[in-house]
Amino acid sequence: MKLSLNFVKDYIDLPEDLTVEQIAEDMTNHSSEYDEAGKLINATNLIIGEVIECEAHPDSDHLHVCKVNIGKEVLNIVCGAPNVRKGLKVIVAQVGAKLPEITIKKGMIRGQESNGMMCSMLELGLESKFVDEVDKTGIHELPTDAPVGEDPIKYIGLDDEVIDFELTANRGDLLSILGMAYELGAIYNKPVKDIDLAHKENNEDINDSFKVVVNTENCSLFTAKKVKNVVIKESPEFIKSRLIASGIRPINNVVDISNYVMLETGQPLHFYDADKLDGMLEVRMAQNGEKLTTLDEVERTLHDENIVISDGKRAIGLAGVMGGLDTEITDSTKNIIIESAIFDGVKVRKTSKELVRSEASNRFEKGLDPNRTYMAQERACALLEKYADAEVVGGIAKYDTTNKEDKKIEVKFKEINQILGLNIPDEEILEIFTRLGFTYEKKEDGAIVSVPTRRIDINIKEDINEEVGRIYGVNNIEGILPALPMRRGSFDKTTREIRNKMIGMGLNETLSYVLVGENEAKMFDTSDTESIKLLDPMSEDRNTLRNSILPSLLNIYKYNEARYNKDVSLFEIAKTFYKKGEEFGEEQHLAVLMSGEYYQGIGTSKNVDFYIIKGIAEEILDYLGYKNRYSFVTDNSKIAKEFHPGQSAVISVNNDAVGSIGKVHPSLANDVFVMEINLDKLLAKKVGKMKFKEISKFPSVNKDLAIVVDKNLQAQEIEKQIKKIGGSTLTEIKPFDIYTGKGIDEDKKSIAFNLVFSDSTKTLNDEEINGILNKIIDGLQKSLNATIRN
Amino acid sequence: MINKMKDQIEQIKVTSIEEVKNAKDLRELNDLKVKYLGKKGELTSVLRGMKDLSAEERPVIGGLVNKVRDELNELFDSKEKELEEAELAKKLEEEKIDVTLPANKPKRGSKHPLNRVIEEIEDLFVSMGYDVVDGPELETDEYCFERLNLPKGHPARDMQDSFYITTEHLLRTQTSAVQARVMMANEEKSPIRVIVPGKTYRREDDATHSHQFNQVEGLVIDEGITLAHLKGTLEVFMRKLLGEKTQLRFRPSYFPFTEPSYEVDVSCFKCGGKGCNLCKQTGWIELLGAGMVHPNVLKMNGYDPEKYSGFAFGTGLDRLAMFKYGITDMRYLYRNDVRFLTQFDQLDR
Repeated sequence: MKLSLNFVKDYIDLPEDLTVEQIAEDMTNHSSEYDEAGKLINATNLIIGEVIECEAHPDSDHLHVCKVNIGKEVLNIVCGAPNVRKGLKVIVAQVGAKLPEITIKKGMIRGQESNGMMCSMLELGLESKFVDEVDKTGIHELPTDAPVGEDPIKYIGLDDEVIDFELTANRGDLLSILGMAYELGAIYNKPVKDIDLAHKENNEDINDSFKVVVNTENCSLFTAKKVKNVVIKESPEFIKSRLIASGIRPINNVVDISNYVMLETGQPLHFYDADKLDGMLEVRMAQNGEKLTTLDEVERTLHDENIVISDGKRAIGLAGVMGGLDTEITDSTKNIIIESAIFDGVKVRKTSKELVRSEASNRFEKGLDPNRTYMAQERACALLEKYADAEVVGGIAKYDTTNKEDKKIEVKFKEINQILGLNIPDEEILEIFTRLGFTYEKKEDGAIVSVPTRRIDINIKEDINEEVGRIYGVNNIEGILPALPMRRGSFDKTTREIRNKMIGMGLNETLSYVLVGENEAKMFDTSDTESIKLLDPMSEDRNTLRNSILPSLLNIYKYNEARYNKDVSLFEIAKTFYKKGEEFGEEQHLAVLMSGEYYQGIGTSKNVDFYIIKGIAEEILDYLGYKNRYSFVTDNSKIAKEFHPGQSAVISVNNDAVGSIGKVHPSLANDVFVMEINLDKLLAKKVGKMKFKEISKFPSVNKDLAIVVDKNLQAQEIEKQIKKIGGSTLTEIKPFDIYTGKGIDEDKKSIAFNLVFSDSTKTLNDEEINGILNKIIDGLQKSLNATIRN
Repeated sequence: MINKMKDQIEQIKVTSIEEVKNAKDLRELNDLKVKYLGKKGELTSVLRGMKDLSAEERPVIGGLVNKVRDELNELFDSKEKELEEAELAKKLEEEKIDVTLPANKPKRGSKHPLNRVIEEIEDLFVSMGYDVVDGPELETDEYCFERLNLPKGHPARDMQDSFYITTEHLLRTQTSAVQARVMMANEEKSPIRVIVPGKTYRREDDATHSHQFNQVEGLVIDEGITLAHLKGTLEVFMRKLLGEKTQLRFRPSYFPFTEPSYEVDVSCFKCGGKGCNLCKQTGWIELLGAGMVHPNVLKMNGYDPEKYSGFAFGTGLDRLAMFKYGITDMRYLYRNDVRFLTQFDQLDR
């Protein structure tokens, strides 16, 4: 909302010394924030001049050398505008003038002295939509009676100051000059002046020849008045300049008055050419597929959620959004039907979002005051009578279901102070009501406040509390901490601890987008779920919620690889999403991607391989308490096709898959290793408390055992067998050497284990240990066809 | 006879002293010890000749041999010590390394700046007795809007262009969605003190807005909670993050789920409020939305607004992280360039 200070000063006397910046700041602290505040035309050092001589420049085919009288002196100015000529009254930017694009300096133009510039409105910073063709190609032409030596901006009525407010959705009342006047009045404690509605009406009654019909619950108030014999012409200067300051392009007196009244009252009006109507206006919902060509000459196809105005036969306007082309005001219009109405904000909002936004729809969406609906009719008639020579027909045709009474809300002084944490005396609270233009009936401990209908945002006592707070000034409130019972907040730090552990192991934490491309979302995921697509994505590459974090990490890897960041060890903890049947779900995952060098140092540097990332997985599982309860299982039916089939595994805890790990398939990336764990699933598995175990007083015994087995037999399988036979005295078991080649059959391998035996009750002797060892060897021979390697 | 033996002993003493002196290593010294002092050593064999001596002479020679043996033992000990020290010194010299060569270690890890800020906020509020809670990112329209006093068609929904999945499901546009969840989950309808850090999503993407961003929401519900409490809490919050001198400015605003509602500016921590590029010459930076919980929201979620009042606040964490670490472009936060990530590798102190 662009607030013209000249405009609002019609309705309120602001303190003399107040600057536009101060008003903007005060409004920000008490009401609404602003984007910009300042002069409508920012250019400085301008003066009205008259071209008294105009000669072609000797060295140019388009420049003119002019002498311009600015009253106090005559300036020599070189000008390139095609319309410069002797006798023209012009706007002169004197030396030192600051225009939006340039600062004017003394200069020589092709050998001719030039002491200033003759300007177009465009050069002075007026938006191009307000500028006519003359100003677009040449300089601005002032009327012949323009006074030389005076301020041209004041002369053309654009010496205005404007504050561009960013209004919140609830303050529809501030989308009007009157609303702003009430707001400023409350802040500066000044009364708001009455609006001039006075006009004559003829003896006819509109209701004798015209009717309004409302056939939908989405219109609560519909009024029509008629004026006759209007004379279409240019608007007076003050209307044009105020429209410009408010950001609306002047057209002609009639159209301008409809916009002017909307700006003043907040009530959008629509003017119909009465001679193109058939004695009635009807409000109804559109039929599906119904067509309507709006004022902007676009044919629109409607549906039954759009409210339309009909002439009884067909739609002639999109209610609250835009009028129709067929019944619009033209230069030959004589008689006008003025529509002032209230349509359902939600419906208007939907329609305008689908089709077109307008100043009108913006106001309907935020809600309107029924008393203003009538006021706007009267004001439009008054202005049309005065500035378009209109004859106002008596009476008003209407359909009205609205309540036009003030809202009565009871408040308690104590509650107001309590919620604000303040101690405002009762009298001061009552004074704030008066400043806001609210009347009240004082009670012992509070008041019954009458809230005028213009304040559609105020409905409950909390709304009144807020009014008191903001007019009093919320920045006057002293902040204190609430005196709440002492306690420690509850907070599951597991995720943070996992993060710290990963960082401790040398990984860099990433933060990636949850939205990915449709064909990426299910990568690395073999669960029987679907991915979730957005209804209305912003782009194809971010149209689906990811089921796995790994596609994101892979993209990050590629981004870095392209920038020669080859050594990457990344992790991220984030939500992933899935759809199962009709149910949506989300799960916290931990994902890791590693490639390039991991261990650093001369002679010890080591690139990532499967066993390094497996180490990361084991470390985090051990750290979380799952020691000895997990395994890495080769099961290609559960491994996604994005993995290398021979270097990947399911991570299984308590024999339940919680994630996967492995090398990325070489068709996707070279030497990249990844893993992903479903943290929600993993952390749901209970772990025991850390508990001290007595350290054995008896020495343990180390034995190495090398066996030859089938080449494809996994170490884990052998370990399992050894453990089973070894029993409780076998406390540790670790493979330490793998050998294939000379001395071993081609389809075999040798694998050596280090076994540790101990007993907490006695020292184990050779005999006992050899006994167990022999049992293990026998067992392995039987179950795995293993032989002892000598 | 006795004189001959005395000479012999003297001779052994002289040569052995000389040889010990010249011994080059412990092994040679040990050989000498065996040669002179061993069971079959030279000094012992002198004693063997004592059987030919008279009873008076024997103690003389015996005493002499013992004296020489003691002297030699002492000599061997000191030489042994000397040689040991020399050998250790030699070994240490040989083991000398270049300590300036690079260390052997895994790559250094780093924590994303955004999570650093989240952790700082979590710690602050936990210390003030707040619970840290989490909620779904894929929310229902009901919790994201309707239970927050934002019925369908409400114009304030325009403030938050949403990613819908169905007409009833969307990616949450605000962590405020968790407000209703926390209130509904509290069956006793007892006082609440929570913060909710997390990801949020809006349908916009430009240099200063990412379609995915992060917020932290705070909610306190109890008897007698006032606007002054909100102000005091936000002062503590912002001063912890941005410095003790930070000033707050409340501006009236509108959120359907709070009444009254405010936008909260902090004094520019770069220029201290004098005006600079960061604050666009205003001295203030808009950072939070806040207000007193709307009675409709309390009611809708089972709390009696006549008994309870509360405050809520929310702020964007991406900008806070940028301010805190001087990050110049928001897109760095999501690009995950390793050269960016690895800069955040130390303890925040």
